[in-house]
Amino acid sequence: MKFTTTLLATSALIGAGTFAFADAHGNMANEMTLVSWGGAYQASQDKAYLQPYLENNPGVTGVWDESSNEAVAKLRAMNEAGNITWDLVDVVAADAIRLCDEGLAMEIDADEMLADAPDGTPASEDFGDLLVSDCFIPQIVYSTTFGYRTDMVGDTPPTKICDVFDLEAYPGKRALEKRPINNMEWALLCDGVAKDEVYDVLATPEGQEKALAKLDTIKDNVIWWSAGADTPQLLADGEVVMGSTYNGRLFSVIEEQKQPVAMLWDAQVFDLDGWIIPAGLPADRLARVKDFVKFATDTQRLADQSQYISYGPARLSSAPMVGKHADLGIDMAPHMPTDPKNATNTFLYNYEFWADYRDDIDAKFQAWLAQ
Amino acid sequence: MSDTVDATNTPGEKSGPVLAADGTPLKRSLRRALRRQKMSALLLIAPLLIFILITFIAPIADMLFRSVENEIVQDTLPRTTAILETWDSESGSIPDAPVFKALYQDIFIAQERKLHTRLGSRLNYELTGASSLFRKSGRGVGDIGEVYQDQFEDMNAFWKKGENWNDILGSDAWLAEIKSWKKSSGQAQPPFELRADIAEILPETAAFYKIFADFTQNEKNSNLYKKDPWELIYSSFYDDLTGANAARIDTYTGPGAAELSEAKTAAASFETVDYKVAFGDIDKDWVKMPIWDTIRAYSPRFTNGYFLNAVDMQKSEDGPELRPENQRIYYTLFMRTLFMSSVITISCILLGYPVGWILANLPARTANLLMILVLLPFWTSLLVRTSAWKVMLQQQGVVNDTLVWLGIVADDSRLALINNQTGTIIAMTHILLPFMILPLYSVMQTIPPSYLRAAKSLGATNWTAFWRVYFPQSVPGIGAGSILVFILSIGYYITPEIVGGTTGTFISNRIAYHISSSLNWGLAAALGAILLAVVLGLYYAYDKIVGIDNVKLGG
Repeated sequence: MKFTTTLLATSALIGAGTFAFADAHGNMANEMTLVSWGGAYQASQDKAYLQPYLENNPGVTGVWDESSNEAVAKLRAMNEAGNITWDLVDVVAADAIRLCDEGLAMEIDADEMLADAPDGTPASEDFGDLLVSDCFIPQIVYSTTFGYRTDMVGDTPPTKICDVFDLEAYPGKRALEKRPINNMEWALLCDGVAKDEVYDVLATPEGQEKALAKLDTIKDNVIWWSAGADTPQLLADGEVVMGSTYNGRLFSVIEEQKQPVAMLWDAQVFDLDGWIIPAGLPADRLARVKDFVKFATDTQRLADQSQYISYGPARLSSAPMVGKHADLGIDMAPHMPTDPKNATNTFLYNYEFWADYRDDIDAKFQAWLAQ
Repeated sequence: MSDTVDATNTPGEKSGPVLAADGTPLKRSLRRALRRQKMSALLLIAPLLIFILITFIAPIADMLFRSVENEIVQDTLPRTTAILETWDSESGSIPDAPVFKALYQDIFIAQERKLHTRLGSRLNYELTGASSLFRKSGRGVGDIGEVYQDQFEDMNAFWKKGENWNDILGSDAWLAEIKSWKKSSGQAQPPFELRADIAEILPETAAFYKIFADFTQNEKNSNLYKKDPWELIYSSFYDDLTGANAARIDTYTGPGAAELSEAKTAAASFETVDYKVAFGDIDKDWVKMPIWDTIRAYSPRFTNGYFLNAVDMQKSEDGPELRPENQRIYYTLFMRTLFMSSVITISCILLGYPVGWILANLPARTANLLMILVLLPFWTSLLVRTSAWKVMLQQQGVVNDTLVWLGIVADDSRLALINNQTGTIIAMTHILLPFMILPLYSVMQTIPPSYLRAAKSLGATNWTAFWRVYFPQSVPGIGAGSILVFILSIGYYITPEIVGGTTGTFISNRIAYHISSSLNWGLAAALGAILLAVVLGLYYAYDKIVGIDNVKLGG
């Protein structure tokens, strides 16, 4: 795998970092600042990872900072100021890649820093392909997918992604994210491009035009969102008939708030969320964070998190341990984006493609939006 | 000041300058006293001045400087950019072999120091694909040098060991020190020193080994003596052995002389690397023109590229040109920002003027009570106020529901009041209204009501009395309020982001995007600098047309 070769190439560099770790192992800082997204997601991390860790380690304190959505800019500013105040930061994989490229995140050696699976499978195999960057420690698989109002779609609820583009069968507004990622892929899919050719087509200016032209057909009926909470709210208010958002948000609208909303799993886009350790931490804080990460990303802890939120654990070995929701008592497995029933037609966020094309396509997308 | 003293004293004093009590000329003595006063005044405000300089001016200047700063290309690829200067980009053919060799050396060092991907991100703003190109190349350069490394090591295991390399390249004094040094002693590692004359015998090897030594000792903090060298050292070693200076190698008599001369003989028949082909194998983009044009265009330490981008232009072979139409966005956004800020300012005047008038003409007790209502929004979070507008204005919201209930609009044609320009204008007018009312109120309070009564008693109609007598006196308040509201609204981005949809967003939303999401701080700084210049220009125009003296924040 590409991932293993990169690891080999970088393991020599990490070697130097590790003996600084050994030096300070007996001397760990007693405070940690963890950065996450706030809301239900952060609460699930608090319950599944931090509280159990603090119980095992009396005398240690952990503080949450809800800054993940601006973590990239803040980390760069901290790095330039030479004062890193964060110890562990929760980011989406694309941001992790960017932070790694910018030298703002520390490279990790999965097998050395992360716990093995209970059956002894090394961490690098247990996480497998999900280790998409040398700096990234995956936690969850989430998906960006559509939800629709069951009371506004008549007797034939939408079943295909292309129903989003079908204004005749499903009149009304749609909520889409105010960025090109995902929207461009869906548009091409529904414009007749084969799934495995989507990125080849999207790499060409003509393909980008094509995608925007397809989006143009529904442009007047789109409400563009920029915060994950927007779509659930718009659905609950009946402002839109369908809209894209993260599957965990839809889960809470459907199961916790009991709104007349249902999931449209077709062509859901898988993405990853996980930890990065900021580069340049002092040895004692680094030692504490490594200790915490090893605990918080082991098989049991990742499975525990799924009791609180409907995101799939990033470890292969955690999947069979997914149980019931802690408060609602319902089985969580059918609500996971990775559940076979939901995952009949899926997309994986193409990190390399978007790292290259993001600046270019975003400029075109924004220019198109502003027209 | 001193001029006036001068002018009042000279007439009639023809016999000489007026003298002060201590005999010095009065003029000089006065000036000295004045200077002392000025100095002490300056000292008093010094803390504030320094505070403003450090916390306000300096960060802004630093941020704006990023709009032209472009050192990363030259710092990361020093050798490549130096050779590229002589490359004729108009020739239409990609650079020659020496450039690729320099590129190999630069990227090798950069990837060891983890700087190559940063450069890739930087160049990706200009050329799509640069990001993965550099990431890939960083992984691939090791393999290029490995070709030589393997051959040297296969020939003689002597070349495997870092100790042997150090013995040849390090000075005797340094070797003695490093051999007795232990990491656990806590003392600093003795800094590497080149052996005398070795730089002439093995020039390239020595030069790169020095970089390797510096990196190992100071950045990795590992024991250099035990550290096996980079692949880059082997490839430069090969270059030295087969290069023009190779004859000098026979003059070397220090440690490893026998192995060195053996290597020299063997190297002649080594398999070689064609750097151009090797880079072509890593990624075919390296043997195409665009990446080279981009590197060359962005090699100077300063660039106008960000500013060009900020006005929808780009660099091309024939100088700056407009971007393709489907990528132009900033001009539209600047114009929209100015237009909408003006609309918001005018709405604030229209809504705020009557409120200010009522406040100024009510008894003080009632006025104070109403004043609290004006200030109340200040005590509520901006996000809460903005989100409240969503609930009010959306199609299933309060306003539309009421209109439908009243039968003014049909249920299936509800008004689109939010996620467009209307939404931004309504929400921002509400948020910025207090900034208009407060200066209006404080100016109106100082207008004596007797003026209006006098005008009426002289026969003016209500309208004439207001328009000819009252209004001109309230203009300074309108001026102050307008400047406040206009400048604040130009920089707003949270409210337009939430309620603006696609047609109601401002230029500041793009600035925020480039600061926090795309990390293109250079472009963000350029956009910010242009915005600052526009505001200063408008301020200047205001001063010329209305006069800045004509602005009052209070009585």
